[in-house]
Amino acid sequence: MERALTLTKTTIGKKAIMALSGVAMLGFVVGHLAGNLKVFSGPEAFNEYAVWLRTVPALLWGTRLVLLAAVAAHMASAFSLWSRNRGARKNRYAKKKDLATDYAAKTMYWSGPILLFYILFHLLHLTFGGMIWTDGAALFGFEGYTWAHSNPYNNMVIGFTHWPVVVPYVLGVCALGIHLFHGIWSAFQSMGANHPRYNHLRRDLAIALAVFLTLGFLSIPAAAMMGWIEPTTQTFYYPELEPAPVTVP
Amino acid sequence: MANTELKSNEPTGPIEDRWRLHKQNSDLVAPHNRRKRTVIIVGSGLAGGAAAATMGELGYKVKCFCFQDSPRRAHSIAAQGGINAAKNYQNDGDSVYRLFYDTVKGGDFRSRESNVYRLAELSVNIIDQAVSQGVPFAREYGGLLANRSFGGALVSRTFYARGQTGQQLLLGAYSALARQIEAGTVEMFPRHSMQDLIVHEGKARGIVTRNLINGKVEAHIADVVILATGGYGNVFFLSTNAMGSNCTAIWQAHKRGAFFANPCYTQIHPTCIPRSGEYQSKLTLMSESLRNDGRVWVPRNKEDVTKDPKKIPEEDRYYYLEERYPKFGNLVPRDVASRNAMYVCDDGLGVGPELDGERRAVYLDFKSAIERLGEDTIRERYGNLFEMYERITGDDPYKTPMMIYPATHYTMGGLWVDYNLQSTIDGLFVGGEANFSDHGANRLGASALMQGLADGYFVLPFTVGDYLGRNRLKDQAPLEQDDKAVTDAVAGVEAKLKALANAPEPTHSPDYFHKKLGNIIWKYCGMARTAEGLKKAIEEIPKLREQFHREVKVTGDTDGFNQTLVKAARVADFLELGELMCIDALAREESCGGHFREEHVIDMEAKRDDEHFQHVAAWEHQGEPSAAALHKEPLEFEYVKPTQRSYK
Amino acid sequence: MKTKNLTLHVWRQRGPNDSGDFERYVAKDVNEHMSFLEMLDVVNEDLLENGDEPIAFDHDCREGICGMCGVVVNGYAHGPQERTTACQLHMRQIFELGWDELWIEPWRATSFPVIKDLAVDRGAFDRIIQAGGYISIRTGSARDANETPIPKDVSDAAMDAAECIGCGACVAACPNASASLFTAAKISHLGLLPQGQAERTDRVRKMVGQMDHEGFGSCTNHGECEKACPKGISIDWIARMNRDLLKAMTTSADDIEERD
Repeated sequence: MERALTLTKTTIGKKAIMALSGVAMLGFVVGHLAGNLKVFSGPEAFNEYAVWLRTVPALLWGTRLVLLAAVAAHMASAFSLWSRNRGARKNRYAKKKDLATDYAAKTMYWSGPILLFYILFHLLHLTFGGMIWTDGAALFGFEGYTWAHSNPYNNMVIGFTHWPVVVPYVLGVCALGIHLFHGIWSAFQSMGANHPRYNHLRRDLAIALAVFLTLGFLSIPAAAMMGWIEPTTQTFYYPELEPAPVTVP
Repeated sequence: MANTELKSNEPTGPIEDRWRLHKQNSDLVAPHNRRKRTVIIVGSGLAGGAAAATMGELGYKVKCFCFQDSPRRAHSIAAQGGINAAKNYQNDGDSVYRLFYDTVKGGDFRSRESNVYRLAELSVNIIDQAVSQGVPFAREYGGLLANRSFGGALVSRTFYARGQTGQQLLLGAYSALARQIEAGTVEMFPRHSMQDLIVHEGKARGIVTRNLINGKVEAHIADVVILATGGYGNVFFLSTNAMGSNCTAIWQAHKRGAFFANPCYTQIHPTCIPRSGEYQSKLTLMSESLRNDGRVWVPRNKEDVTKDPKKIPEEDRYYYLEERYPKFGNLVPRDVASRNAMYVCDDGLGVGPELDGERRAVYLDFKSAIERLGEDTIRERYGNLFEMYERITGDDPYKTPMMIYPATHYTMGGLWVDYNLQSTIDGLFVGGEANFSDHGANRLGASALMQGLADGYFVLPFTVGDYLGRNRLKDQAPLEQDDKAVTDAVAGVEAKLKALANAPEPTHSPDYFHKKLGNIIWKYCGMARTAEGLKKAIEEIPKLREQFHREVKVTGDTDGFNQTLVKAARVADFLELGELMCIDALAREESCGGHFREEHVIDMEAKRDDEHFQHVAAWEHQGEPSAAALHKEPLEFEYVKPTQRSYK
Repeated sequence: MKTKNLTLHVWRQRGPNDSGDFERYVAKDVNEHMSFLEMLDVVNEDLLENGDEPIAFDHDCREGICGMCGVVVNGYAHGPQERTTACQLHMRQIFELGWDELWIEPWRATSFPVIKDLAVDRGAFDRIIQAGGYISIRTGSARDANETPIPKDVSDAAMDAAECIGCGACVAACPNASASLFTAAKISHLGLLPQGQAERTDRVRKMVGQMDHEGFGSCTNHGECEKACPKGISIDWIARMNRDLLKAMTTSADDIEERD
């Protein structure tokens, strides 16, 4: 059988898919952080930002679809390469010394799935949280606080004063940082973006972005735990954020 | 035997026209007939690999064999220095004629003029070919090829790729070969060793091989056989050759009727890293260029040989080359430098570790060069060599003098071939170091690569085509696997291997005997030879051989991957060839090039005897090495008139 | 001169389909000036003397250039000394690390099946070269060597890539047994030179196709190969190969066939 060798069938093509989808997700993460940092501008600014997101459905759903596709492509390639790579060395070494592999590179197959689980948790917490547990009695409804669709600021800040939310969040963000530390550099390499003059910048950029994103994301629960940002007592009502009424057929 | 009168078959007429006219008068094989003709090529180095690639490209059905796991590993790969070519890119007066002249003179007037001229002529095509294959030769800032002067040549004609010229040229030939393997014209048989030649009705018609992985002994039938299996320097056990380099292919061909020419011509390289112990398995060559800045010395007094060399005062150092050869000093030719190192060590002035009651090393000192030029300049010039030296010896040559000693590194002798590179067996061609032609009694630096590639790319494809054109398919006797010539050869190899694996009193390893043979050859047929010593060697070697066949110990399966058995088979052949070497050295009552007879000296230098020995000594096998019959091919020098060399 | 006794755990395996295991040997009076392979030679002489089968290992030039040797010593491909093949590794390096016990294993990769003990079959490398690792030029049809000037830096870079000795240490050291460094070095060597441009697109597609076909793993950009490489071949060439392939496969009009 003669079949055409297409890019996606090659290991290099799969790595390129990983790199491209990774870049797409990285773009989202940067935007996400930028948005979330609005929490420091106060409840009004933050909540209005949340409302604005809902008012541009093309942007919201566009992003969601791209992200979904990126996650799927990233995972599919990773799984395909992982199983191939396992097969490429069936008999393991009794002793094997790593000379160049850093912790981040070594743990990509761990930090990736950890991130995935964290993202699911994160979505359940803040995106679907309101949809599923409107009465505030369930998992993320903390004592004394009822989920408020129109007050994402409080949903977040109050969540971050509770260890069951903070611990997975910190783990997730650290996994993200570690994943990006290797992933960003690796994406340059996989896409063939290199030049002797600028090569050192690839590692520098990877470190800078990984550190910046990690610290940026960690700053929010840190601020909440330290009491630098506090829940607001103000009440908000935004119809865009309230769930559509459930119609019983 | 078709060619027992040793007809060189060289064309006549003006030397510069000979190869051109010869090609014009050659027979050709029609393209559609080429794929019906099988060509066996043994060896995949520069000569074999280039020939296989080119003949595959021409459309012949080529089968190429090598004992290594890949054709890319042939020992051509280890050549460091460079490759000569008469390109005259430097405008320093070089020409084909001058390269020809230098090579004939360098060979001490023991080579065939027509062959050497052709070699010089083809040298220019080699560079073109290599560059177009992507060989990254060194370049100048302007983007043109760089050259350097090598081995005392007066012109800069050596092309090089860092210190890995052999590697890059071999990878070029290997890539051309790979292309033909992909195209299906060449079938490659790695990890196969040739064990015998099949001769049918006086013509070479195939080979018997042993598959080194599963031990299978098989016959391969062809229309013509080319041997390009390299030199036999490992007869010394310790040499700069690869561990697997061996003489089996050429020796078995010799036993089947190919004459062996000038076996005593071996080249000893003066700057190698000395032995450090009994376990030493091979010697490593350091580029000769080190002698440009290093000063060679030994202590003047025997009691200083174990002293820290840095603590030996200047007046107690014996700069023997500078004192003995004030004009050339440390830059005397290879053989002179080598012999003198041996003499001072014979006198008990050698340094280094004591092995078998002797110290065999001399100092190569960069102290004054570092003082004069600074460490940075020296690092720039020799940094990689110094690193290599330190890796092997653990000594830092910037601080303490290097130790060096000569080692065998090339063999000019080999199977006798005519101008067409055909041996005395019809249809058996020999290229590269495996044949005797071109270098005479001594090879100039940077010309081994040149010869291998000239033979492989440009000579053999023509002359073998001519042979096949003249020996047409319909006139050729059919030969099948069940023919007696084939089955006998296979059975012979199987019996030989079985005998080696089942010696009556197995006691010692193949290496044990190989080392003993090496000691004998090195002592009596090494840098300086005497009739007395050679006679002793000729007496000792058969005894050792007899002991070997009685006591060699081989364990493991014979029908599998068995490196001990492989070694034993190689040593068996070295034990025969070594004797012939000594016989040839004894018969050649003169000193020339790499062959130095202490009885024939003038003013401590080699004294040639052109009246009696201006010939190629070609030996015909007659049962035992000792019974070999000598045939002489007289050499004539129409263009380069013999002169005596002097370096005083 | 320092000597020492060493305990060796050597991988012994009869053939590609047998399961191997470590055998324990004692190397007595190992001399610091011995090369690593000479140490094995001495062990082998002892084994032979006692009627046992010597350890099979590949080696040839013992000068660090032919690429035939290669074993993993205590987890290091070619042993612990940087930029050094197993044959050029000397025992003083081992002594300096204070190692008394050595675990000696073959290159482990599914695409490099063990032939016997420490010797493996690296035919996959030859097949990658055969797929396109050449410049198609007929013998005798070349133009004058100086007709096309090549800038010195380009030529030097090509030489950097061309230094690869094809030993397979990159595959052995790679966590995924990937042959990317080997393949990239050859693609880059030829792709940098003006002579290599005509076939550049086809070459990278065919060679990468063959590399994948052989079953090597993928590159995960760890850089182990570069560290293990006795010639210091840079992983920058891998990026270059990736770029060449992405460009070739997204811009060429026709497809090439996948190997069966």
